[in-house]
Amino acid sequence: MIRSDVLRDIAPIIRDHLVVCNIGLPSQELHLIDDQPSNFYMLGTMGLSSSIGLGVALAQDKKVISIDGDGSVLTNFGTLPTIANNVADNFILLIIDNGSYGSTGDQPTYAGMKTSLTAVAKACGCENVVECKAEDTAQVLKDALAGDKMTIIVCKCESGNIKVPVITMDPVVIRDRFMKTAAG
Amino acid sequence: MSVSQKIVADLVANNIEFITTVPCKQLAGVIDEVEANPAIHHVPANKEDEGIGLCAGAWMGGKRPAIIMQNTAIGVVVNTLVTLTQFYRMPLPMLISYRGELREPVACQVEMAVHTKALLNQLLIPTYHFHRESDAAELDAILKYTFMCNKPVAILTDASFWGGYGDQ
Repeated sequence: MIRSDVLRDIAPIIRDHLVVCNIGLPSQELHLIDDQPSNFYMLGTMGLSSSIGLGVALAQDKKVISIDGDGSVLTNFGTLPTIANNVADNFILLIIDNGSYGSTGDQPTYAGMKTSLTAVAKACGCENVVECKAEDTAQVLKDALAGDKMTIIVCKCESGNIKVPVITMDPVVIRDRFMKTAAG
Repeated sequence: MSVSQKIVADLVANNIEFITTVPCKQLAGVIDEVEANPAIHHVPANKEDEGIGLCAGAWMGGKRPAIIMQNTAIGVVVNTLVTLTQFYRMPLPMLISYRGELREPVACQVEMAVHTKALLNQLLIPTYHFHRESDAAELDAILKYTFMCNKPVAILTDASFWGGYGDQ
């Protein structure tokens, strides 16, 4: 399974929750598969999906799922200690770890080599870290949502992309409809 | 009331409930007041771009944010300010210690100080410079302005404002 297959699998599970989605292809794929006003698409700013999602989770009570990538977590490693030490039980960080920088041409990341993001997250102090196969992601995510505990999911999947159009929606529209859903 | 207490009182009076900080010697008193204030959710960040991400999320979640940081970090956060805070039109008061100004004992700090206002100007970020303690009287109006226009706004606070560097 590649990332877009995982997104297709989890779309029915995440559509009723607030979702912050990583820059580039992940956002474009989620937008194509199941656009929702509760989705905040990052059009820029690589690495901050988990930080934005944690901020949303700390500010209100609804459940928040940040969809991140291994490359993006690597670029903002400081986020994992911050998450570990500022527990929000309405927050789930889903790292889709395909071992590559998908949006830029599938160059390999260190997470696909010696570095285990699962081990890093645990070492940073995150208490509920689940590594799973791509096929199991939907069930693991369901369990995490039912568990009411902040959870980091590291979904190991294959590298690869589908052809998707860029998101042309105005950023203020994306942000405004997301905020209205959060406040609703 | 100390100047640090006055600053935090203004933040609270403007319903700022979520503050992220990266440590700074000059702003240590403000950060202590932020940490101690029950009306504020304080989240220390490891890097300022991460902090701005947290602030963006908090604001979308319904809480007014602010970030406390050093001017050296302007060099870290340009992309985040432009592609997140400005592109999505989000308000963000940035309380910044302006290292490298008069009375600065560390030469390297001057290297970033000479770029600070030029960078903020290039980014079209409204910028206020607190040089005398009485300048803090404008903070309340600056905060109201920030949440009126949904922009990042910089408040530079230099060594003279904080009363110098003590014995250094």
